[in-house]
Formats: sequence, C-alpha cells, structure tokens
Amino acid sequence: MRGSFRRQQCLRYDVSPDVSDAIVQVENLKKNYGPVEAVRGVSFEVREGEVFGLLGPNGAGKTTTVEILEGLRTADSGRVSVCGMDPHRSGTEYQNLFGAVLQSTALPEKLRVDEALALFSSFYPKRRDTSELVRRFGLEEKRHTFYSRLSGGQKQRLALALALVNEPLVLFLDEPTAGLDPQVRREIYDIVEELRQEKKTILLTTHYIEEAERLCDRVAIIDHGQVMAMGTPRELKDRSAGTTRIQVRLARPAQDGALQQLEGVADCRQFEDSYVLHSRRPPQTIVALVKHLEADGNELQTLEIAAPTLEDVFIELTGRRLRD
Amino acid sequence: MRNIWILTAIRMRLALRNRAFMFFSLMMPLAFLFVFAAIFARGDTRMVTYLLPSVLALTVMGSFWGLSIQLVTFREQGVLRQFRLAPVAPFEMLVSSVIANYILTMPTVVIELVLARTVWNVSSFGNLWGLFVMMSLGTVTFASFGLIVASMTNTMQETQVINNAIWFLFLFFSGATFPFVFFPGWLQRVSVFLPATHLIIGLQYVLIGGASLWKVGPEIVALLTGLLMSLFVSTKLFRWEPEARIERRSKFVAAAVVIPFLLVGVWENAQDARRSELRAIYNSAMQRSLPGQTPAQTPPQNPQQ
Repeated sequence: MRGSFRRQQCLRYDVSPDVSDAIVQVENLKKNYGPVEAVRGVSFEVREGEVFGLLGPNGAGKTTTVEILEGLRTADSGRVSVCGMDPHRSGTEYQNLFGAVLQSTALPEKLRVDEALALFSSFYPKRRDTSELVRRFGLEEKRHTFYSRLSGGQKQRLALALALVNEPLVLFLDEPTAGLDPQVRREIYDIVEELRQEKKTILLTTHYIEEAERLCDRVAIIDHGQVMAMGTPRELKDRSAGTTRIQVRLARPAQDGALQQLEGVADCRQFEDSYVLHSRRPPQTIVALVKHLEADGNELQTLEIAAPTLEDVFIELTGRRLRD
Repeated sequence: MRNIWILTAIRMRLALRNRAFMFFSLMMPLAFLFVFAAIFARGDTRMVTYLLPSVLALTVMGSFWGLSIQLVTFREQGVLRQFRLAPVAPFEMLVSSVIANYILTMPTVVIELVLARTVWNVSSFGNLWGLFVMMSLGTVTFASFGLIVASMTNTMQETQVINNAIWFLFLFFSGATFPFVFFPGWLQRVSVFLPATHLIIGLQYVLIGGASLWKVGPEIVALLTGLLMSLFVSTKLFRWEPEARIERRSKFVAAAVVIPFLLVGVWENAQDARRSELRAIYNSAMQRSLPGQTPAQTPPQNPQQ
C-alpha cells in the first residue's frame, strides 16, 4: 500500500522529523457555496507537535477549511490530508486519527456527561480512560449531569474532552472560545496550553488576536478565503519591525492624507473616529503630529503608543480590523 | 455491527428519559386498549377479541412518528454532525433507532395482551408465533417509515405535516379505529393499499383466525419489502448536516417505498376470497362460545346492513 510507511509512522505517534513532520497538509484548497467563494486556494501544513492557528474574521473561510479536513464538507478542488490520508477515501481509519471541537457542539439534551464520553470513546479502537478525562477537565461534579444542564464553559470543556477520547494524532479546534465569557476563555486557554506542552498537534481557528498570539506556534492570517501571511507570531510582528503603533483620536477629522505625510509615518489608517499610525521614529512623529494639529486648529483627544500586535499585521494586510 | 448495539443502548436510555416517548409508547396504547375494550366493545370478550388486532396495530403503528421527530431534531440541532466526526455510519444510526424502538415497544404489547386476558378474559391469542412475527415486523416496518419521513422532509414543520397526514390515513382508513369489514366495498378496495391495513388484516388472521404465517404471506411480503426499501432509501438519502436539503428528485425516490404496498393492494383487490374470509373471521369471533364469561350487556350488532 502506497504511503503506508508514513501512515505507520503517523499512527505510532513518534513521527521522526526527517521522514515528514507535516501531519496535516492542505494544498490549494477551493470551495464555493453557490456564487460565494468561501475558500480560494488555501495552502498550509501543520507540523507534528505544533499548534497552528488560522486567524481571520468571521466568514474568512476558516471553518470551511477545517470542516473539509474533518470530512464534514467536500472540497471543490485542491487536496487535504492527515498523515497522507484523504478524508473521503480512507474510511473510518481517517476518523480514528483526529479529534475535533466543532464551532458549535450539540449533544442529545438528556445525555449525561459520563455517558457522552463513554459513548463516543466506544466508537474508536484506540481509546482513553474517560474518568481521567473527566478529572482533567474538571467535570467530576458534573459527571452525572444532563448535557442540557451544563453551563457554556462546561459544555466546551466536555467538547474538548470528547475530542480527546480516541487519543487523536491531531486536534481540530474550531473557534474553541467563541461566545464564552473571558474567565471561561482563560480556562480553555490553560487547557490548550497544557495540550501544547504535551506536544499535541493542534489546528485551531480563531478571530481573537490574543488567542493566536498566546496559543499558536505558527499562524496563518486568512481573509476572504485566502492566506494573507503565515509564520510564527514573532515573525509576523517583525513584518512591522521597527515600527511603533500610535493610535490617536482627534476632535474632528484630519485632512485627507495629512497624517500620512508626518515625519516617520510608514502607514496611516482610519478606523471610525481614530487613526492608527505606524511610525519608525515615534518621538518625531508625535512632535510633528502635535504641531500639525495646532496649525490645523484640531485637537488631540487621546493618544496611545504600543508595540505592534498581530492585529496591526492584520490591518496592514487587509486594511481592516478583525472585529468591528 | 458493534456500533449498532452501542447506539441502540444509548437511544433506549434517552427514550426512557423522554416523557413524550413514554406517553406515546406506553400511556396512549393502554388508553386505546381501554377505550376499545371498555367503551367500544363494552367489555364483551368476543368484541374485545375482535378489536384486539386494531389495538395492537395502533400500539406499534405510531412508531414512525417518534423516529421521524427524533431524527429531524438531531439533524436540526447538529447532534448528527457530532456523530459524523466519529467512525459511525448512517446505517448504524438508523438501524439502532429502529431496534431501540422495537425493544421498548414490545413490553407495552405484552402488557396489553396480559390485560386483555386478565381484565377482559380473552382466552386465546390464536397463532402465538404468528402474532409475534406480525407484531415484530409491524413495529420495525412502521418505525422505518419514520426514517423515510425524516429523509424526505427538510424542516420540523414539514415532518409534522407529513406525520399528521400519514397518521390520519392509518387511523381512519386501515380498519384501526373503524373495522375493515364495516367499510363500504369501494373503501375496502382503497384501504388494502395502506400498510396499516396489511398489519391489521394480518393480525386478525393470526390472532382471531389462528391462521398460519403462510396464510398471511402477502401481508408479510408487503411489510417486509416496505421495511427493506425504507432502510435502503433512508440510508441513501441520509443527511448529517442541518442545512443539507433534499433534492426534489430524491423525494420521488423516497416515495417509491409505497410500491410494495401498491402491488400487494392490487393483488388483494383481485382476491375477493380474502374479503369474505375477513368477514368469516369477524363472524367466528362473534359466535365464539365463551365459557365462564358474563353475558354482554348488549349483544354485538350485526354488521350487515
């Protein structure tokens, strides 16, 4: 059988980097929904043991990409594989490889937590001790609770536990913290960070900058179905290397292009009532800004200075914010 | 195969926690038994015996209702796609629901038979093995119709409309509530196209007439073919995704499930003997001698007009 060598390597988990360290491969993936081009030629690889993030706004094509990898949707063209296996041609062997948290998890309302874990683990040949998962995800007190009675955070922890019942080689987490309140979100971060330390291979999608920065080894910024940039968060931020982000709010709108002309300004964009300047020489830019405003009869209301974030990279690449 | 048992077990648990299921599969059938035996038959053992096939058919006929609602609910809620992530096949999802329904419905049937014997003194259930086969086949076949309904509808509203329409037909035109032998001739000819009629006729043959399974061959063939076609078509048309819609063309494929019933209906219409046999079964039920039975307050009416 072709590719069986790598498959065996993958199945044994101890993939040696010199054979192939790409667990997940996505090549020139395309998918349309009627006239809407949801994914327009996305390519990336997820390497063994890394947390790879797809960062982009809603509707960027992240979920479609992940759901094609999960076998829930079919691609129009391009290729996806996990350990060299195709989601639609490899049968149940493929499903044994991965664990997934869907964008919205749904279980029968009257299914208890421990029953859900026992049920889903029983489908797989390789399974994990579910009581250990219950403990690990802090669900001991809720183990006999109906799914419908769980809080949002508990449901999401159960979803993560369910994704691990088959000792998967790779985890797909689609917006694992969307819609959760900040405290619960931090809980989920801790879990993902733990998994990262265990060298789990994870593909996650998010539209939260901090999530991508904190959790991901590598990030692909994705917008309108295309990968705009890819690299470690550090590398991506170095694209804006040497620039500082200055965000200002003015009493009234600045003249067109005036701020762009200021000393040291590499880039200037307007968002609603504020302007974001990227400056190579922040002190000079600020002095020039104040002088300009004085001459113009305008007033400075707020001014913030920060090192560039992934969001700035995103703004540079796409001309808009992740969330409005 | 293993997955089927795993899913069957969990579906049974979920059903037992579902009040609606308990109502429709236990309370309502017992209510039917009471209404038919105590009110329609006025406690007369001969009439109770004659109506027992209708009660038993009503008990299992509604299986399609629960199964269709459950499947559509799971699809709409996104529960099915959760299962799709795991190595579970559509066929396993579908068959497990039919088996779970069967296992949970049979106790109700036994309770009804016990009540018929103890409360209304029904002394004989005719061909017991035949009764078991007819009831088992009826339960799984009518449950599988629910899978067809779920596969040919896109929303819960549609499912409810179709369920109501089917239930109405089954209830009033199959002889379930109004005995088949009392139907005018033209209605009898139409009625034999309904699956529910086949179940009731088959039950009357084995339970009242004590007929062999060979005698109810046409009914068994109709129900069995209907079952196999339902399972095949609903597996083919199975949709995991909430937003997946059925194509118009596929609806006709789903509707093809009625073909075995049409064919057997045509055959039955050509067999005048069968209708006179059913009348003979009715007459024999009414004339049966009943030792130790308190006389009925009103003797059953002669159906001949």
